[in-house]
Amino acid sequence: MNSSELARQIRAESLKMVARAKASHIGGALSMADLLGVLYADVLRVTPDDPQWEGRDRFILSKGHSTVAVYAALALEGFFPLEELATYGQDGSRLMAHVSHKVPGVEFSTGSLGHGLPFGAGRALAAKRLKRDWRTFVMLSDGELNEGSNWEAILFAPQHRLDNLVAIVDYNKIQSLGSVSEVMELHPLADKFRAFRWSVREVDGHDHKAIRDALSGGPWEADKPSVLIAHTVKGKGVDFMENKLQWHYSSPKPDQLASAIAQLGSQQ
Amino acid sequence: MRTAFIQQLILEARVNPRIFLVVGDLGFSVVEPFAQEFPDRYLNAGVAEQNMTGVAAGLASEGFHVFTYSIANFPTLRCLEQIRNDICYHNLPVTVVAVGGGLAYGNLGYSHHAVQDIAILRTLPNLTLLAPGDPGEARESVGWLSRNPGPSYLRIGKAGEKIFHEVRGIGRTPLCIRQGTADMALISTGGILDETIAAADSLSKEGLSLSVYSMPWLKPLDPQSLELLASYRALIAIEEHLPQGGLAAALRENLPKNLPVHSIAVSESISSKVGSQAFLRREAGISASHIAALCRQLLVQ
Repeated sequence: MNSSELARQIRAESLKMVARAKASHIGGALSMADLLGVLYADVLRVTPDDPQWEGRDRFILSKGHSTVAVYAALALEGFFPLEELATYGQDGSRLMAHVSHKVPGVEFSTGSLGHGLPFGAGRALAAKRLKRDWRTFVMLSDGELNEGSNWEAILFAPQHRLDNLVAIVDYNKIQSLGSVSEVMELHPLADKFRAFRWSVREVDGHDHKAIRDALSGGPWEADKPSVLIAHTVKGKGVDFMENKLQWHYSSPKPDQLASAIAQLGSQQ
Repeated sequence: MRTAFIQQLILEARVNPRIFLVVGDLGFSVVEPFAQEFPDRYLNAGVAEQNMTGVAAGLASEGFHVFTYSIANFPTLRCLEQIRNDICYHNLPVTVVAVGGGLAYGNLGYSHHAVQDIAILRTLPNLTLLAPGDPGEARESVGWLSRNPGPSYLRIGKAGEKIFHEVRGIGRTPLCIRQGTADMALISTGGILDETIAAADSLSKEGLSLSVYSMPWLKPLDPQSLELLASYRALIAIEEHLPQGGLAAALRENLPKNLPVHSIAVSESISSKVGSQAFLRREAGISASHIAALCRQLLVQ
């Protein structure tokens, strides 16, 4: 499946999961769907038949609340049966509503923000010390860059020349109780990372070619960790969800789900 | 104890290539021999304990047994959620080492007094918690933890502690240091063992002979491992920690309900007094004379 089709199906499965479970957080799942589509279709060196293969790239979802999109990507790629997505958040399911390491293909459980990047830095450091060539990717939200622990890791990674570490910021500009600029402004985010000695690229986080070009190779600069600041739209792909804070919380009603799925189909 | 810790860790690291030491920019004149001998398995993570602990979990997830090292509350309370979620939930081999358990940092003040750590960390599933009472126990604790990698917390003293007994191996069973004739026993955890033994010494001069146990192993516990304490009429739990949630509580949770466990613990929840460890122990009601006074009172009853 190519990245566009994968992203489209990630969106559709994510919508169905949150609708069925009456769950929150669809907006941030849709904003990173294209990033995940490119990662799983074209970038990550992973093996669904052997999720723990030693030579795999490590992908860590630090914005654990957006887990539906990752579960969808993993199921669509064959890490576990697609039908299992129907159990999301249900009694007895392994598909917890924050990303869970009990699910095949998931490296690390998160849910509390600010944990993924330090952990990913540890993995990248392990690869350096063990002289392995796999890379570690960490998906961050913009809101979680409020957490001091992330800035500890942002200081740490260049100090130890972790050029095998790639952070991706799903920069959809909306956090939990308001816009990023209203709550805790990150702008100029690229300058902040550069000042912390990271190699920085900015892309339209819905432009598959741009994402692929940025993430396929690396490191962008020797001895520097990379950060891809992906400018995204919260709720991307469903017109009535785009750029709406409400969809950090709301779950689509049946008619809204049908309308959303129809829109995704028409985008093919 | 910190010297015993680092010396044993070096011995273990020579035979175990997975052992990795991460320090939080602390450990001057302690950790250098390890850093020199194992530069590839040593890291100074800077003054950033949340990141240090997350990095340790990441290293551990790739097969290393990581020891994080800092002082007092910095490697525990500052990054408690990383210990809870990153280490314990994922069941990763990280040993958190805090130097200066209790009031060991004396006049450095309340920020440096680790007097809640046992209670808080004792609630974390998967975690093994050890608080050795002298350098020999610290050495054996490092040995046990190295052979049994998993989420763990090692609470050690600082420097200059006396060696009180010959320790060979460590486990869930409390270590008997002396067997008395009275049907009451003193149970001590961590560096307060020196006050406990001093109290027992002074009582023995008065003809009161009490058993003394050091209990470095605080978690996990079960009634079977404490069976040898169940035959006493009463116990006195001695800890350099607040009364809630520490040794006394652990004993009460695992011993018969009709066995009284009296508590010698830090009396002042928040102390801003200035002084040495010995002074602060007296002020907090956990000195040898406080222990002896409680014993006399109980033996008279």
